[in-house]
Amino acid sequence: MIRNKKLWVSAGALVLFQVPVVGASFFAPYDPAAQNRDVPSSPPTSVHFADWRGRFHLRPFVCRWVGDTNSSGFPSSHEDCSKTSSLRFFVHNQTAYNRQVLKSSRHLFGTDGTEKLFLLGTDEYGRDQFSRLLYGGQTSLGAGFLATGLSLGLGLVFGCIAGYLGSWVDDVVMRTAELFMALPWIYLLFMVRAFLPLNLEARQAFLLLIGVIGITGWARPSRLIRGVVLSVKERAYVLAARGFGVSHVSLIRRHILPEAYSVVLTQSALLIPQYILAEVTFSFLGLGVGEPQPSWGNMLANLQSYYVLKAHWWMFSPGLVLLPVFFLFYSLADSLQRRVQIIDLVN
Amino acid sequence: MRFQSKRGCIWIWIFSSWLTLAAPSLAAQTAEAHEDVLTTAGDVGQRGGHLVVSLHSDPKTLNPVNAVDSYSKQTIGLLFADLIHINPYTEHSDAALAKSWKTSSDGKHYTLELRRGIRFSDGYPFNAEDVMFSFKVYLDEKVHSPQRDLLEVQGKPIQVRKLGPYRVEFDLPEPYAAAERLFDSVRILPRHLLQPAYEEGKISQVWGMGTHPSEVAGLGPFRLKQYVPGQQIVLERNPYYWKADSSGNRLPYLDEIAFLIVPTEDAEVIRFEAGDIDVISRIGADNYEALARDRHAAAYQLQDLGPGLEYDFLFFNLNSVDPQKAPEIQRKQAWFRKPEFRQAVSAAIDRDAIVRLVYQRRATPVWDQVTPGNKMWLNAAVPHPPRSLDRATGLLRSVGFCRRPDGVLVDARGQPVAFSILTNPSNVQRTKMATLIQDDLSQLGMQVHLVPLEFQAVMARVFDSYDYEAAVLGLVSGDADPNPEINVWTTGGGTHLWALTDKEPTTDWQTEIDHLMRTQTAMLNHQERKRAYDRVQELVAQFDPVICVVSPHVLVGAKNAVGGFKPAVMGDYVLWNADQLFWRPNVAASR
Repeated sequence: MIRNKKLWVSAGALVLFQVPVVGASFFAPYDPAAQNRDVPSSPPTSVHFADWRGRFHLRPFVCRWVGDTNSSGFPSSHEDCSKTSSLRFFVHNQTAYNRQVLKSSRHLFGTDGTEKLFLLGTDEYGRDQFSRLLYGGQTSLGAGFLATGLSLGLGLVFGCIAGYLGSWVDDVVMRTAELFMALPWIYLLFMVRAFLPLNLEARQAFLLLIGVIGITGWARPSRLIRGVVLSVKERAYVLAARGFGVSHVSLIRRHILPEAYSVVLTQSALLIPQYILAEVTFSFLGLGVGEPQPSWGNMLANLQSYYVLKAHWWMFSPGLVLLPVFFLFYSLADSLQRRVQIIDLVN
Repeated sequence: MRFQSKRGCIWIWIFSSWLTLAAPSLAAQTAEAHEDVLTTAGDVGQRGGHLVVSLHSDPKTLNPVNAVDSYSKQTIGLLFADLIHINPYTEHSDAALAKSWKTSSDGKHYTLELRRGIRFSDGYPFNAEDVMFSFKVYLDEKVHSPQRDLLEVQGKPIQVRKLGPYRVEFDLPEPYAAAERLFDSVRILPRHLLQPAYEEGKISQVWGMGTHPSEVAGLGPFRLKQYVPGQQIVLERNPYYWKADSSGNRLPYLDEIAFLIVPTEDAEVIRFEAGDIDVISRIGADNYEALARDRHAAAYQLQDLGPGLEYDFLFFNLNSVDPQKAPEIQRKQAWFRKPEFRQAVSAAIDRDAIVRLVYQRRATPVWDQVTPGNKMWLNAAVPHPPRSLDRATGLLRSVGFCRRPDGVLVDARGQPVAFSILTNPSNVQRTKMATLIQDDLSQLGMQVHLVPLEFQAVMARVFDSYDYEAAVLGLVSGDADPNPEINVWTTGGGTHLWALTDKEPTTDWQTEIDHLMRTQTAMLNHQERKRAYDRVQELVAQFDPVICVVSPHVLVGAKNAVGGFKPAVMGDYVLWNADQLFWRPNVAASR
């Protein structure tokens, strides 16, 4: 019961986590690619209830952020509360960003004036870090899910073929799997990128990334699925079905594959965070989706600079978001694994 | 008697041994009367201590004949000396191993008077034979020295003749403006050490990084002491150096300079902040800000020297490409070849935003190749038009481009204007610059894709395969004079980046640039040369073969205790006067 509870809590929390990412066009207040060049690298906007005269306002407001230079010539910025904008919910604002999963012209929150609410500050181009975090999640989480789907699909096909047919087919598939497991992903992506034309659309770069991650990752799940198939195909009910003349395809589909589903489910919970990390790594190195499309990886790339590490703490946000995502996925995988073991014991 | 003579022999042996061991240290103190020592101006410092600086990578060689990478050149610059040296601080030519020189009235003959009585760092005397040998090596086609190109005038090598043990004459095939600047960075080699290797045809193979320090000798302020691969190179004071301060003390002041190998700028900045490194140069604007926050507590000084000679630019591929292999590039070159297209791109680039956002205001916008750091050759009359999307749109309309209802810019045949820009992610500033340019051009309806590639891959596409559409790069000249730039601006030049395949000029303005660049080299009157080069700058700014964007400032730092610190905007920014650097007394003791 406690295990079940942990499983449902993890799964529920993950779903809750995905909601603002999938619905970024509603939850994000601004276009993630829009540059506000007057407010580069500004910290999270302060939300005020009292104005400069000390008068309390029921409706919170934000002040203008002014980029400036101090007497030594170094950049310094400050708030100017002579210009303010009030916060509003469900504001109507059509963004120009055209890579939205779900399109919405209404946003959860925003301001009613020219001053903007940067919940997590801005990057060095003045782009809203919160909006980029949500839209970047679409890229990073999306890559994780889609690459896992591809990997598991291939793993299922090859694992079943190798396990069911055995003999030299098994040898060929498994040796190929070992070869793929030994492939260095990053160099493979370098190689693939070098052969492709320079003018890759962001969408094409995204698909390429998923392709490389997914195709190179099929080996491990296929070995696991092969093991399950090898074990199941010798069970009495499978042998009985074969004796009654059931075709190979039906045998695999109706009697063997259902036994592998729990392994697939557990593997997916393990692979998704791995592939999210792979996307983040590639984009961090400049091999993933290109500017201006956000991804958690290319957002984290800013942290390579000592200055950003030292002075712009709000740029850590994609890294901080990755921690609970990984924790929840691994917690889910652990719960699924234990559930599978219990079912096996019962059987 | 026999006993006495034996005792005498022992005394002679003891005395000669002492002389051998003590001679360098005696020589180290003050210059001897028969030496033609160069007396320097500036602060009189104190002897002793060692200075720690950093290199991002190991030098490849200590051989001046075939050194091409900047790390080797930086190390070699402290081990060897040249005949006439361009002072990075004043940008003028200074006497070095040649104490004086005369130019013939036709500008074709240079007679150099060499310093007498000076020695290499191994104590061997220097004379005209070393100069003859050095130039013989550099000009030998079989040696393939990169200096050979610099020693050619109008495609013909200069000739050198020995007029006496300390006098040489250089004959130029044609009059050449400011020819004395040709001798800068042509390091004089020790004939006594290298002649056997040269005669065996192995001169390029000597003095690799594995060479024992005792086998390397030069006329620079320091000599090799130790090299630990991947960790550090330690140079020690040359006791025979030919410069002295105004009090007659032989330079350099420092006993040692250690180059730590620190692979990245960020690591370098962290180690400078921690006090492991004493002097730092080429700091990025972001890191400069990071250091500036703590500079008072950490007891170091930072200097923004203003724009140097480096400029960053965007350029389009105007090479002749094979239509079978690269049909897309060829199709897009129909846009790139239109001056109005390039002018529109230039007009749309927000240079001020790049200065502010990328360089934290530590760069200067530029519209041509001569930066404000090059005061002698800057053409102040070149217009600096502010950013104008309206002007850019007008220019595009004038050559048939228009915007579709969805905002996408299309050419006269209805093809959307989309192209890629190569960037090098290891240069953070240029990558950020490209991101801003991408956004600027999107406001004209252009779809720009950024392609991050490793630096070597970018170079291979730009110089060899011509498989690119546009790229963001930077150029820096080692000299303020326009002559070394001839390779960049004339057709057929090795660094004529945007059209390396062209053998003849294809436009009127390029023909004019070729003519001006070639004729100015033969003009002996500075004003005439200035007028010619001013016109080149105007043509570059008007026709934008490369779209010059910004000139980053030279940002350097040093511990407050480093005396004689006088950074310059060209050459080795901080170590060009390494022979005059010293530790102020209270800190030198701690080193």
